[in-house]
Amino acid sequence: MSAAAAPSSAGSRGPVGAFLRLFARNRLAAFGGIVLGLVLLLVLLAPVLPLADPYAQDKPNKFLLPFSAGHLLGTDHLGRDILSRLVWGTQTSLAVGVAAALISATIGSAIGIVAGFYGGRTDNLMMRAIDMLMAFPYILLALAIVAALGPGLVNALIAVAVVNIPFFARNIRGVTVGLAHREFVDAARLAGQSNLRIILTEILPNVLPVIVIAMSTTIGWMILETAGLSFLGLGAQPPAPDLGGMLGQGRNALITDPHAAAIPGLMIFIIVMSVNLIGDGVRDALDPRLRAGALMRPMARTQIDRRGEAPPAPAEPALLDLQELRTEFRLGARVLKALSGVTLSVKPGECLGIVGESGSGKSVAALSVMGLVASPPGVITGGAVRYEGEDLLGAPYERLRGLRGNRVAYIFQDPLATLHPLHRVGDQIVEAIRVHRRVPEAEARARALELLRAVRIPNAERRMGDYPHQLSGGMRQRVGIAMALVNDPDLIIADEPTTALDVTVQAQILALLADLRRERGVAILFITHDFGVVGQFCDRIAVMYAGRIVEEGPTAEVLGAPAHPYTRRLIACVPELGAGRRELAAIPGLPPAVDDLPDGCAFAPRCARATPECRRGEIALAPVTATRRLRCLHPEVELTREEQR
Amino acid sequence: MTPSGAPAVAIANLQKRFGGGRTLFGFGPEMPSVHAVQDVDLTIPTGETLGIVGESGCGKSTLARMLVGLIAPSEGSIEIEGRDLGPAAGRDPAAFGRVIQYIFQDPISSLNPRKTIRQVIEVPLRRLHAMGPEARAARIAEIFDAVNLRHEFLERYPHEFSGGQAQRIGIARALAAAPRILVLDEPVSALDVSVQAQVLNLLVRLKAEFGLTYLFISHDLAVVEAVSDRVAVMYFGRIVELARAADIFARPRHHYTALLARSAPVVGRALTAPEAATAELPDPLAPPPGCAFAERCPAATDRCRKERPEFRDLGNAHFAACHHPA
Repeated sequence: MSAAAAPSSAGSRGPVGAFLRLFARNRLAAFGGIVLGLVLLLVLLAPVLPLADPYAQDKPNKFLLPFSAGHLLGTDHLGRDILSRLVWGTQTSLAVGVAAALISATIGSAIGIVAGFYGGRTDNLMMRAIDMLMAFPYILLALAIVAALGPGLVNALIAVAVVNIPFFARNIRGVTVGLAHREFVDAARLAGQSNLRIILTEILPNVLPVIVIAMSTTIGWMILETAGLSFLGLGAQPPAPDLGGMLGQGRNALITDPHAAAIPGLMIFIIVMSVNLIGDGVRDALDPRLRAGALMRPMARTQIDRRGEAPPAPAEPALLDLQELRTEFRLGARVLKALSGVTLSVKPGECLGIVGESGSGKSVAALSVMGLVASPPGVITGGAVRYEGEDLLGAPYERLRGLRGNRVAYIFQDPLATLHPLHRVGDQIVEAIRVHRRVPEAEARARALELLRAVRIPNAERRMGDYPHQLSGGMRQRVGIAMALVNDPDLIIADEPTTALDVTVQAQILALLADLRRERGVAILFITHDFGVVGQFCDRIAVMYAGRIVEEGPTAEVLGAPAHPYTRRLIACVPELGAGRRELAAIPGLPPAVDDLPDGCAFAPRCARATPECRRGEIALAPVTATRRLRCLHPEVELTREEQR
Repeated sequence: MTPSGAPAVAIANLQKRFGGGRTLFGFGPEMPSVHAVQDVDLTIPTGETLGIVGESGCGKSTLARMLVGLIAPSEGSIEIEGRDLGPAAGRDPAAFGRVIQYIFQDPISSLNPRKTIRQVIEVPLRRLHAMGPEARAARIAEIFDAVNLRHEFLERYPHEFSGGQAQRIGIARALAAAPRILVLDEPVSALDVSVQAQVLNLLVRLKAEFGLTYLFISHDLAVVEAVSDRVAVMYFGRIVELARAADIFARPRHHYTALLARSAPVVGRALTAPEAATAELPDPLAPPPGCAFAERCPAATDRCRKERPEFRDLGNAHFAACHHPA
């Protein structure tokens, strides 16, 4: 309902509009919002509604049933009008619940922020005090507080607020600890901000959504706790109407006249349920992880929505053929075309390097091969992936699963993220073996050990029992390589395998990969942004820009005589050691956004050789020599002529 | 601007230990400590670009953060333009902020996601220079022109920018404080090569324009060589070699520098492992008594394993800590 209130033009933009749209999309939350809205309306209109006096007793007419004349919901044990008491009681309960939530959120968040920001001894002292508060069962603590302060609505409010402080303090402290070490906090320090100012202007705006989420999910709980205290006679004192109190008084006649207790009970149920539904909706709409689609479980393989037929298989299928592969990410109204028709092939035992900058689609191409692009939002919309000629996009999931990690294996950039942190590395390798082959445990272990030795891990027996965090980055990547090798794959897809490593370690890992490739005859699809690495490692390279291959050919030829202006200029940007102090070459401008690709050549806006033809229609990736392909109308070197000579 | 020719930065015997101390309010057992930066002496003359190279864990970022006062050194002195700022380090970064600023590796995460660019850049103007609204607007316009950013960016939020643009915003924020020294901690390693060159060239131009002194930290030898006057190589918390940028990788004297130079992937050079496949850093909790590099060094002798080499002058403005320099 609040979504409808926002002006649609302003509501469609900005964070508030996005929040309201997400919230309204959640049907249950919207339902909760409507119900609570009606309750609030009723409560706010209480002074002007034609209600009976909630305190007027009429003993002869006690326990009148609902729909009696003059008493729509009947009367209670003193003959008071239940409808009137319900409306006024709801007002009290809601006010107390909301006030308690605000108070405990304020105090709890303040404690959490201070503890998380300062850390050390401050944190220790504050959180131990919070732990003490939590050591008591919360209802006992609330009872003790009320007992000490004396019964009454305000005291009940204080009790409920106090017992909920730890929840906020702990939640907010966790978030603050993460923020306090972020670089923007250091930057604020260097800009001369005091700690107090950093807390107020840097930390608080970033924890506010978490506070709102925590509040929205606890407010219902607090209303319930207040009602509970009143039910026990420790909250609102008779004759003041209050939902918990009404329930408590109605309890005595529960068997004979159930409506006196059931009606306030139902109201509590309605309020708490609607508040909780709203709370869930608020959390889902505000939480960035959920907003990014984490609520939807990623599918086991990338969703395929192939328009039109699969391209016919090539006459001589290689080990892996990608044909006109198109992958996009559908994010609401935006469609990011990560791959706009990628064609490449890898022959057995060959190493093909895919080079490109971030956002060029090189990793998406690698992940699309085995259907590993997260869906949603990823969708493969066209083309084919052929493994030894077999179309994998049309193949059943079981077939794909049989190939993954078996015939086709992956090595990723960050082995700390891809190895399971809670399992020993030896066990993880053994598992990878036994997923695909029924071999006895001992045999799998022997094989794992042999592989760890093959990737030159010292003390392999001992390292089998180590957890991933106990290994250095280089050692972890060796384990990642060993895992890729377990089933003697035909193809390894290595996605920036050395980017996270130091240069000396990178050199070790590259040398290892080159040796393994020679020994085992495995083909490698090597994804990287580093020309130095492909130059040393790959037989052929394909250069990608904005979701397409712009140039492809044998490594030495492409690096020696780059034909596409993008390739030439990108190579010129790479600083080389030993050239001394100098001005470095740069490419002006930025790569295009993949949800708004220009017509024609995507590089044309940044290209010095571009002509009007470059900005029109489709420019094909055409073979220019027997081994090279190029997507350019005005190449840097005339390759065909050279060959004729 | 500098008083009587004092160098921009002069640090002596700088040390940083993490951990240590005792548990149970000082009565428990001693906790393990890591000596992240050891015995660092450095002088950066005004107007120089000093490059610092090293692999992860070598202490280069810790050194940089001490230099700008974000963390306090365990021992040693930091003089910025002749003023001893050691006591203010870790307590009052603002004392450093007016003369020395820091540029972060990750440009996006160094900007508060919930502030507009204008709000971010105004902070140093208000807090360090107490400028009024008009003076601030004029200064921001001037800086934005200097770093080639469009003025409409000021009202946007950090997530709307690419890495290269965000790094320029980070540079603009640092320049807003009108510092005379910039510490650049891997300023281009999060950027793509085509954008990296844009940012590096901008930095070189700004240096000339504003008469800045740079401490440029990177793991990329070629980048450091391209922008620096002198380069220091760090290994395991110490500076092991210091020389002119033109000399240090061309004629390295320390074997670790030589290894670094050999390891950098270069088009056309055959792929060979430059050292034994299993070489690793020593355990920082149990540092070796002699040279930390001895276990990986082809020229190591018994002396290297027992006796720590002095950081000494080898002539021709070349310094190295090695018993057997190449």
